[in-house]
Amino acid sequence: MHDGLAFDIAHLLAGGMVLVSFLMLYQDRLSALLNVFALHSLVLALAVGWQAYIQEAHHLYLTAGIALVFKAIIIPTALHRIVRRLGIHRSLEVVGGVGRDMLAGTALVALAILVMLPVTAAADALTREDLAFALAVVLLGLLLMINRHNAVSLVVGFMSLENGLMLAAAGARGMPLVVEISIAFSVLIALIVIGVFLFRIRERFDSVDMQAMDTFREKRRR
Amino acid sequence: MPLLPVLLSLPVVLLAVGVFAVAAARQPGCSRLVYGLTLAIAMTALGLALAQLLAAPAPATLTLPLGLPWLGAHFRLDALSAFFLIVVNLGGVVASLFALGHYGQHEPEPERVLPFYPAFLASMNLVLLADDAFTFLFAWEFMSLSSWALVMAHHRESATARAGYLYLVMACFGTLALLLAFGLLAGPSGGYDFATIRAGALTPELAALALVLVLLGTGSKAGLVPLHVWLPLAHPAAPSHVSALMSGVMTKVAVYGFIRITFDLLGEPVWWWGGLVLALGGISAVLGVLYALMQQDLKRLLAYSTVENIGIIFIGLGLALAFQGNQMEAGAALALTAALLHAFNHSLFKSLLFLGAGAVLTATGERNMERLGGLIRGMPWTALAFLIGAAAIAALPPLNGFVSEWLTFQAILVSPELPQWLLKFLVPAVGALLALSAALAAACFVKAFGITFLGRPRSPAAAQARETDCYALTALFALAALCLLAGILPGLVVDGLAPVVGLLNGDARLIAQHDQPWLTLVPLVEVKSTYNGLLVLLFMALSGTVAVFLIHRLASNAVRRGPAWDCGFADANPAFQYTASSFSQPIRRVFGSVVFQAREQIFMPPPGDSRPARLEVKWRDPVWERVYAPLAAAVTAVSGRCNSLQYLTIRRYLRLVFGVLVLLLLGIVLWR
Repeated sequence: MHDGLAFDIAHLLAGGMVLVSFLMLYQDRLSALLNVFALHSLVLALAVGWQAYIQEAHHLYLTAGIALVFKAIIIPTALHRIVRRLGIHRSLEVVGGVGRDMLAGTALVALAILVMLPVTAAADALTREDLAFALAVVLLGLLLMINRHNAVSLVVGFMSLENGLMLAAAGARGMPLVVEISIAFSVLIALIVIGVFLFRIRERFDSVDMQAMDTFREKRRR
Repeated sequence: MPLLPVLLSLPVVLLAVGVFAVAAARQPGCSRLVYGLTLAIAMTALGLALAQLLAAPAPATLTLPLGLPWLGAHFRLDALSAFFLIVVNLGGVVASLFALGHYGQHEPEPERVLPFYPAFLASMNLVLLADDAFTFLFAWEFMSLSSWALVMAHHRESATARAGYLYLVMACFGTLALLLAFGLLAGPSGGYDFATIRAGALTPELAALALVLVLLGTGSKAGLVPLHVWLPLAHPAAPSHVSALMSGVMTKVAVYGFIRITFDLLGEPVWWWGGLVLALGGISAVLGVLYALMQQDLKRLLAYSTVENIGIIFIGLGLALAFQGNQMEAGAALALTAALLHAFNHSLFKSLLFLGAGAVLTATGERNMERLGGLIRGMPWTALAFLIGAAAIAALPPLNGFVSEWLTFQAILVSPELPQWLLKFLVPAVGALLALSAALAAACFVKAFGITFLGRPRSPAAAQARETDCYALTALFALAALCLLAGILPGLVVDGLAPVVGLLNGDARLIAQHDQPWLTLVPLVEVKSTYNGLLVLLFMALSGTVAVFLIHRLASNAVRRGPAWDCGFADANPAFQYTASSFSQPIRRVFGSVVFQAREQIFMPPPGDSRPARLEVKWRDPVWERVYAPLAAAVTAVSGRCNSLQYLTIRRYLRLVFGVLVLLLLGIVLWR
């Protein structure tokens, strides 16, 4: 395997994650959003697996496996079930202007590259690209989170942000496995907690729309 | 035997005593045990430090694997720390001795004092021995917190709670300034031990910034105007032996911090640093004593007088910086000697006065001078010791206060040789301020002694006051004797200071005093002004004896009884005496109407109205109103605005986080 191809494939997979993040931005149906998130995690698993292969870091295969099993399969399935049990799998979420979101996302990607490339001038090209893409994925995840009203979308945004962190961790050589496992488990636990809370919220307020909750809060304050 | 490990083990023993006191504070006899132990430990430390200063060996260093893992805890014992160890532990010895008697036994809540008292002493010792920024700041903050706990000992009084709060805020501010100063000193490489800092050099701008930060940090602890506001509230609020330690000793630890950083670590000074320190010192001296004159509370008067004396010390230090900035080593040695000597002297007489005030407080339960008076009959020995302290702080020869202020004036008289015109004008102006504050201090202590001890009792408690116990008297007279000794043999003390001055001043020091004829103090060879405390004392003793002899010999022995002049009032009510506020009225009218905007209002009831006439005096604190009140209002306004941040919705929080993140990243991009 010569370096050029290895670099290209890593580049492709990391770039693919950014692309899928863009896809997530304008999904207005929850089930579609969850499917895209599963795709996001799948691409992450591939990217991490590829990193494991070219870095010959075998523990990264385990990380890739964790990403595949938990993030691409278990979490999306569980969220699908939650959404179905809540009965909101058919509802539409007002996302705002797609064009506006795309422009903002593009600006964020540009920002991530502008920040990362000069800072990491000493590192090798692969790490630099990886870190820039990872920061872009994190920023896009945040953008997703602030654009959504629905609690489930918020959770998805948070976990896509987490995927960006995983990508960064895999790109930087020598990050111990313990940290990744703990990240994976913390996300899983967060999912469980959030799931429980969603039902509690729903019992209380008959909705998982964050705006509805905000109005409750506003009332109490005044 | 290496002294440093022994000196380091003493604070550890003190801390162990403190821990023991936590458990046993309520047991009978515990306070006696604790104060006895602190007395013994402080005595040992005093002896060791004295040995170190007199033998003057090379500085000893020690690194222990404590503190930050990559740094360790560095300790160093040199002449400067040895000198201040003497000041601290001398204060510790007399304060412990004072508390060993009646005073310490009758603390209402001993568990609020006993554990913190040894810890306070230990922390001050550690500050002096620290040789890296982390250990220094740790010990410094420990000192602040343990003294705060002691201030809060009588926490049920509302004034104490306010004093404690203000003290805590100012202490945090001071430590923050010091932290930033050490950050600058350590530089980007992060060499936090003092040896590395000493070897490094800062650019002039950074050094100036570090100087300002150090002035803020140590000045707030020492009580330099305008950072003094907490001091007159917190020092009197503590139990009296702790007040003596805080005012007499802890302010000296702050002076030590300033000297250590500015003279030892910061490198070559620039002349205008001296001007800045001088100006602050001069303002502190005059404002401190003017505040003191306005007070009716005896302990608060003493605390404000501490502000004045810290001003005098900083005048000396500022002069030394100005001289060093112009490579005038002889002048710098003189000014440094004056400042260090005044620090030592002030620790003696301020401890004496605070302990005397503590004795008065125990005997009468009163701090308000308007309810005291005539105590010299009930407490003659306390009155004598207090009088000696008052004469010393008022800079009367042959006592020690005169020597150090005279030396400061000698340093001021060298100033025309300074090349900068600003300093040529500033130094004489500060000299005038110093002279003014010396005169006002004399008036202030005439008031403090006269109103408290002379005249007739203004309250039943004052009338029934009884002499304090022998432990307290021993402590008081030990300090009084030291005041006298340091006053009549100043040459020996100055010789003791010579290694300290040499350490800070590139080995330039005053000429050796002990081989001067008649123990005369000769500051500079070429200037022919000298002082001899011994001869002054002899002259005073001789002339006094001759006068007494002549009066007894020549005056008639016939006794003639006549009515006492009653100022026109037939009814000799004690309330007709001069009061503390009426004594200071002339000075309040001259200076206070400008500085404090003091206004007097007379309320005369109309004829037929049986209400008494009233004279009301209103005065405002310019520092508080100009500096602190606007600052507090600004902080309140900003935090009021920010308060709404606590009630945002989850999406707004997310947006906030996102926005700040993007802004910071943009900042990185644009800044590079």
